[in-house]
Amino acid sequence: MNRTRRQVYRIIQYLVACLISLVVVIPFVVIVNNSLKTREEANRMNLALPSKLQWENYRVAIERGKLGISFFNSTLYSAFATAIATLVGAMTAFVLARRKTRFSQMCYFFLVLGITLPINLIALIRVMQVLHLVNTRLGIILVYGGMNVSFAVFILYGFVGTIPRELDEAAIIDGASPWHLFFRIILPLLRPALTTVAVLTFMGIWNDFMVPLYILNRASLWPMTLAVYNFFGLYQQEWHLVFADIVLTCLPIFVIYLFSQRYIVSGMIAGAVKQ
Amino acid sequence: MGIYYSFTDWNRYSDQVRFVGLENYRAIFAAKSVYYQYIGNTLKFTLISNLVKIIPALFLALLFTDNLRGEHVHRTILFFPATLSFIVIGLVFRSILHPEMGFLNQTLRNLGLGFAAKGWLIHPRWAWFSIYAVDAWRGLGYVMTIFIAGLQSIPRTYYEAASIDGAGFFHKLFSITIPMLKPAITVNLVFGITYSLRVFDIIFVLTNGGPGRVTEVMNTAVFREFALGTYGVGVALSTVLFVVMGVVSVLVIRLMNRGEVEQ
Repeated sequence: MNRTRRQVYRIIQYLVACLISLVVVIPFVVIVNNSLKTREEANRMNLALPSKLQWENYRVAIERGKLGISFFNSTLYSAFATAIATLVGAMTAFVLARRKTRFSQMCYFFLVLGITLPINLIALIRVMQVLHLVNTRLGIILVYGGMNVSFAVFILYGFVGTIPRELDEAAIIDGASPWHLFFRIILPLLRPALTTVAVLTFMGIWNDFMVPLYILNRASLWPMTLAVYNFFGLYQQEWHLVFADIVLTCLPIFVIYLFSQRYIVSGMIAGAVKQ
Repeated sequence: MGIYYSFTDWNRYSDQVRFVGLENYRAIFAAKSVYYQYIGNTLKFTLISNLVKIIPALFLALLFTDNLRGEHVHRTILFFPATLSFIVIGLVFRSILHPEMGFLNQTLRNLGLGFAAKGWLIHPRWAWFSIYAVDAWRGLGYVMTIFIAGLQSIPRTYYEAASIDGAGFFHKLFSITIPMLKPAITVNLVFGITYSLRVFDIIFVLTNGGPGRVTEVMNTAVFREFALGTYGVGVALSTVLFVVMGVVSVLVIRLMNRGEVEQ
């Protein structure tokens, strides 16, 4: 009696698990499936397989959506801003974690606040106007870099603490300069944490929409998120193209997720476990 | 800087920026001002979106730590949406929830359930409902993953001992699981609250504050002022949000630091 009850319970568990996963998967199936159909078929938007695979859609979407240039922009912004944020973040975390004065504690507190506080983007535009950085690639890279330093410091601060101080002392006795100490000894030891921070920052910037919406108003500077949003507005009656564009925008993130899932998951819950 | 401009009538149409004191704030906090509704919406979103994510996610986490076959595959699938951009998810669901051509309504009609087809994003009654659903669709896996990490740190022996003493599922849930998961619950609440007070992308894409102003929140209102060119009011609204978030953040960091000391 008890055993059959357990088995029934087990079956219900499986059903619930599969149902939940299906709810997550179906939207993706709908999008990918319909991106390979002709216009008429895609308008019906169902799960029937395409009568003939229309790879054409992707070519058209890339051309009309100017995905080439926006892919380049997204990569450029994400890569450079990530480099700035991780490097500056690592240096800051190193100094703050090693020098335990009241002042450095305050700095840390102040920096970490930056993770949660919203940015006053309209005021930021004013600052950028004064510095002639509005509508420039350099401008948005600096903004993204600055925005993400907080998170990098927060994660790396804890990791610097795990590197024994004796290592620093030994290096200094051997005559290492501060630069040498940081780049040759500390940075390599931080590599796992740096990877996590870099992957998360990269994805965060790649996925961001709000900053370019405010500060970039020239289409040639748009990253992929803004490009796909505009494409959606322009071609709302041609679902096959819209879906092809959406698939292409998701693809880089999907690839990163597949290859660095470990870093992403561990990084996203790093704060959780540490606290 | 931002705070200074919130005291001015800075806008797109004149070169001069005049100091107007508390004028913008008076407009925001005037009796019957429409901004109260936006603040209310933001708070409502914060409350409901977290409830509909955290409670189901807890049960899912329990489900996927119960030696279920293929649980890692399920976890990977469920986590994936959290890595995607809100814009992409918003666009995906705007097409799926499209009133005439969307996948959801077409499927409902094909199944003979045409009466259940709704204007998901354009009807005032359903717009919020759809936003919560999409938001949960994205966030559930993430919240669940944090719970799973927490669950794995609870020693098995506690449950064994409880079973021997004859405790049932709910008894164990409330006496062991939830108290032991307190840190994970705190983290989820902190992340959830700070995210939902600042929410912008998902609402901007799905409904853009519509229909009418039914789903307008603080950050979409800031963008609307920006698009209208009334920068001064926009900055003032931003500042209100900033102050609220500042208070919340300080409390949060206090809370996290205390957690560290305890360990």
